[in-house]
Amino acid sequence: MKDQTSHITRRDLLSRSAALGTAFVVGTSYVASSTAAWAMEVAHLQPATMATLIQMARDIYPHDHVADEHYATAVKGYDSEDAKDMVEAGIAALNAAAVGQGFPSYVDTGWERDRVDILRGMENSAFFQMVRGGLVTGLYNQKAVWPLFGYEGESYSQGGYIDRGFDDINWI
Amino acid sequence: MAAPFELSDDSVVVIIGTGAGGGVLANELAQKGVSVVALEAGGRYLPQDYINDEWESFGQLAWLDARTTSGDWRVANDFSGLPAWIVKAVGGTTTHWAGASLRFQDHEWKAKTNYGNVQGANLLDWPIDPREMDDYYTKAEDKLGVTRTGGRAGLPGSNNYKVFEAGAKALGYKEVHTGRMAINSAENDGRMACQQTGFCFQGCKWGAKWSSAYTDIPAGEETGNLEVRERAHVLRIEHDDSGKATGVVYADADGNEQRQSARIVCVAGNSIESPRLLLNSASNLFPDGLANSSGQVGRNYMRHMTGSVYATFDKPVKMWRGTTMAGIIQDEARHDPSRGFVGGYELETLALGLPFMAAFLDPGGWGREFTTALDSYENMAGMWIVGEDMPQETNRITLNYDVTDQYGLPAPNVHFDDHPNDIAMRNHAYKQGMAVYEAVGATRVFPTPPYPSTHNLGTNRMSENPRDGVVNKWGQTHDVANLFVSDGSQFTTGAAENPTLTIVALAIRQADHIAAEMNAGNI
Repeated sequence: MKDQTSHITRRDLLSRSAALGTAFVVGTSYVASSTAAWAMEVAHLQPATMATLIQMARDIYPHDHVADEHYATAVKGYDSEDAKDMVEAGIAALNAAAVGQGFPSYVDTGWERDRVDILRGMENSAFFQMVRGGLVTGLYNQKAVWPLFGYEGESYSQGGYIDRGFDDINWI
Repeated sequence: MAAPFELSDDSVVVIIGTGAGGGVLANELAQKGVSVVALEAGGRYLPQDYINDEWESFGQLAWLDARTTSGDWRVANDFSGLPAWIVKAVGGTTTHWAGASLRFQDHEWKAKTNYGNVQGANLLDWPIDPREMDDYYTKAEDKLGVTRTGGRAGLPGSNNYKVFEAGAKALGYKEVHTGRMAINSAENDGRMACQQTGFCFQGCKWGAKWSSAYTDIPAGEETGNLEVRERAHVLRIEHDDSGKATGVVYADADGNEQRQSARIVCVAGNSIESPRLLLNSASNLFPDGLANSSGQVGRNYMRHMTGSVYATFDKPVKMWRGTTMAGIIQDEARHDPSRGFVGGYELETLALGLPFMAAFLDPGGWGREFTTALDSYENMAGMWIVGEDMPQETNRITLNYDVTDQYGLPAPNVHFDDHPNDIAMRNHAYKQGMAVYEAVGATRVFPTPPYPSTHNLGTNRMSENPRDGVVNKWGQTHDVANLFVSDGSQFTTGAAENPTLTIVALAIRQADHIAAEMNAGNI
């Protein structure tokens, strides 16, 4: 993702963006972190919709040691012609629910618990279930996140663990 | 290599499926000089092809044809289109199995006699004396190279096992060890020893775990008597006016229909596809499906009482390192109704990688209760529960005419309701499993619901009386003399043990019977 925006400097990015909540900035065709640590171009969804979707993904499967970039990767596939109407409608419903509870928008709620309350209110919706179900593979099957959980993936190429600690536990 | 047999060759034994039942039967018959055509719906994948990545491997090996579910089991809700996690490939689910190879206990062969009348259960005794099986179990253990049998050493204990063993001993359990596994603890039969690589479920890349794909199948092919046709999906079994099976119609790799003539047909397509094939073979002579005069085809579907217990600790375990199933507690496998249920269960260590843990720990779960568990993935230990479930007539495979497969045939629907005995046993097992981990300092425990079924059993069951089941003590259908069932669907009851060793032992025994009957000119 960093590669796609390597032509955008941090200063350029921030100067052409508007803040969305505290975590994101959005431009005419991209979403970025407010630190410009990563950015993602969007072709079909509104950039603010994608930013909200990324926040929603984190709120469904919150891991404080996993950066937004990985959540962005997990939901990037929804930026498509086929998905856009459903996603725009779903995020609009999410924002409407936030407004109904007195917040400016879903990402502008402050506490995670307020967003989780909003999500609980729509967890049986097709949109929520689609996003949640997609994240199970979209997030946890990213090889880049495995080391963040200590998971080592395949070991065949290194000869397995027969000589590399399959029985190295020392506290039991 | 086997010379191909002609489609019109009506002297061959046609075996449908090449897993623990069909693959072993094919080799055993070929070794006796019998001509065999084995039809396998999947492709051929060997150790060099296996992928040590959970989802990618699932896409390569899993049986993903259209299926539907119903009933009160949680799988119908969590994985409605995936009732079973089994394999479509040469070697069948022996590519995927963990390798646990346990003999039935004597009392389990006679469940009706020993458990009595359990309300709502359709219990029956196997028409086999346990002593008849002793030699066949020994042959099966030698074929599979089962550890802790025949003088073979056990596997070393992994991290996941060490936690499990310490907890078991703290609770006072006595029968705790690294299992009787069809995984080489030393080089055996030209296959190397286990390298503790993990990914046993994805196919063993070392070939250290027994699978018919690279043992019995090539051994049978070397005799010149066995031809395996890959990507040959059998659509129906045909018969003549006298009710004798004459051949099978299958879709070949290009989707074209072919017909293979046969002297004998053996069905070994797993307990969902085998009854489905018999039902899809209905004719004027057999309007309710082939070999179904009892009405029992598809009924008494069993899947073992299962569940898992995972636990987190304050220190790393790294359970994914080493064999997927690394040890067993057998103390609860006994029949002891004072626990509030009949039959028993085994506790066996199990590890999932992060991707599958996310999918299976609490399907549908989200939020911090879920994610904080995964945050401790590195500190997690796990076990699987496998126990005897009750056969029920209403738990069954039926044809779902609303959903068709890629060949236009009605898909199988898998209906399952837990029996009260299953629920009582699962609750007991959850309690004991959680106690094992709490005894060694678990910080949190997770009684995890059943996965899609890998132990699919009982849908063409064996019975003394033709009224009560589909096949006799040899797996021969009561209605059609030259039609056999050779997989786990012939199980009368499920017992507490992982079924593969028993399927293999029954296949070796069935091969003796079929060869003898052919020589005698009886079939």
